[in-house]
Amino acid sequence: MAKQLMKGNEAIGEAAIQAGCRYFFGYPITPQNEVPEYMSRRLPEVGGVFLQAESEVAAINMVYGAAGAGDRVMTSSSSPGISLKQEGISYIAGSELPCLIINIIRGGPGLGGIQPAQSDYFQATKGGGHGDYHLFVFAPASVQEMVDLIMESFDIADYYRNPVMILGDGTLGQMMEPVEFKAPKKRDLPPKDWATTGCAGRERNVINSLSLVAENLEKHNHKLQEKYRHMKENEQRWELYKTDDAELVLVAYGTTARIVKSVVNKLRDQGIKAGLLRPITIFPFPEKAFALLPDTVKAFLAVEMSAGQMVEDVRLAVDGKCPVHFCGRTGGIIPAPAEIIKVATEIMGGERK
Amino acid sequence: MKLVFERPSALTDKQTHYCPGCTHGIIHRLVAEAIDELGVREKAIGVASVGCSVLAYEYFNCDMQQAAHGRAPAVATGIKRVHPDKVVFTYQGDGDLASIGMAEIVHAAARGEKITVIFVNNTIYGMTGGQMAPTSLVGQKTTTSPYGRQPDHCGYPIRMSELLSTVQGAVSVARVSVHDVPNIIKAKKAIKKAFETQLSGAGFSIVEVLSTCPTNWGKTPLEALKWLEENMIPYYPLGEYRTPEEVK
Repeated sequence: MAKQLMKGNEAIGEAAIQAGCRYFFGYPITPQNEVPEYMSRRLPEVGGVFLQAESEVAAINMVYGAAGAGDRVMTSSSSPGISLKQEGISYIAGSELPCLIINIIRGGPGLGGIQPAQSDYFQATKGGGHGDYHLFVFAPASVQEMVDLIMESFDIADYYRNPVMILGDGTLGQMMEPVEFKAPKKRDLPPKDWATTGCAGRERNVINSLSLVAENLEKHNHKLQEKYRHMKENEQRWELYKTDDAELVLVAYGTTARIVKSVVNKLRDQGIKAGLLRPITIFPFPEKAFALLPDTVKAFLAVEMSAGQMVEDVRLAVDGKCPVHFCGRTGGIIPAPAEIIKVATEIMGGERK
Repeated sequence: MKLVFERPSALTDKQTHYCPGCTHGIIHRLVAEAIDELGVREKAIGVASVGCSVLAYEYFNCDMQQAAHGRAPAVATGIKRVHPDKVVFTYQGDGDLASIGMAEIVHAAARGEKITVIFVNNTIYGMTGGQMAPTSLVGQKTTTSPYGRQPDHCGYPIRMSELLSTVQGAVSVARVSVHDVPNIIKAKKAIKKAFETQLSGAGFSIVEVLSTCPTNWGKTPLEALKWLEENMIPYYPLGEYRTPEEVK
């Protein structure tokens, strides 16, 4: 299929439809409104249902119902709306329902602003709602990558019976880039024999996260943890850029990683051997990538559009072997190459020309 | 020997956790009988809520989903949109439906969601130990209204059937009671009619069932039935508030 120029938010919708998603429940919030708008146009054309819910809370519970009913379903929102969805997300994770949740992050806390940010990293990767659970979280850095990952997300959600989140930001949602839609690599997916479809010819099915006997609930938690362990083992994804001889490895994901890539090149022009480690999955966090880095690495620099969230996972992965530094902007400000270069240069002991 | 009475096939044989004298058991049975009589058990998908009926998914012998507090109508919406040919119902108490789930119930009705809601109103939060509900009567003593519900402090009890009867998409709205046999028979009829409304595709249907909570009201089962009749019915009049016929 030929490439077409699409806005990030619209590409999200099309990718989901091409991946077989037929149900969308959402509520308006900037900067992701083009997703529901696109779905309201397109889903009826393919026999699906778009429904604007009365709230984010209702929308995520509609997702729960539809996912439990056995079909491919999604919702999208932005930070304050994702906070509202956390209750439902916890129930979805507890009941092990597959679905896709898009968060086009805006600056916070509170109502915050509408400019891009990465300040929902903790919420996305550490659980978000109550209870011990994780979403599977992708952090794409381009519209094409977002499309590819969304198309795969529904398979991953079905494979693990787990909600998948795409963590984007206002930049990714609003920018236009050429995209093409390619079917992802096939996975062997288990049948959805647990779904509530009416019990004709079989035992009844129950979708549930209540477990009043502590021993049973612990057993369920162990099962969930085992699933997350499998994800960590099999699904970590990352990109390494110019790290073969790197002395300073910058770590950044999403939109920020694009800026950092240009920073790496400028640092190299300056004589600093810099490289980029770009997490593509942020849960599971790509710890394995750190083991692949050469012995030449002397320091790490995490760059984020937040006050420092992913940097904690970087520290855990580095495990004290090297210093880990941080450079970030908040509130919807995108870090400029010059300020990252300044911090990197200081770390490496000043300019080297 | 001739079989004269048996458990409806839409109920499991699980012993319920409901307190002695609680009318949830009767209401469960009425719902199950309606499902059986309409022959829809194998296409029924129920949604349990949070409160005393949280374990309803263990008692109804059909596919079930357990929903977050107040969100059963949203969950039911998701199910019904995926399976428009199935019979989808929620079973919710008054704290769940009329307090935390007010937005979900009103909007499900407004959309004319083709689901059936069984709304059990016993004027109290039973599962959590007897706190004041949105439906607690004026003067009613609960653990969080120890001096009796005072309207100047926390307002008046909400009449859900009256409220929902102003919503165009709610085509079948009825309030019934289960405090005596004649009313139980009427309740059964209303519940069956609500399911029939759904099957006909006419729109949203709800049956509000006045129910007792002897444990948290501090009454014997018989006293509780009498209290329902003498105190609840005057404030919550029984009857059909909207029928599919008049909507047409």
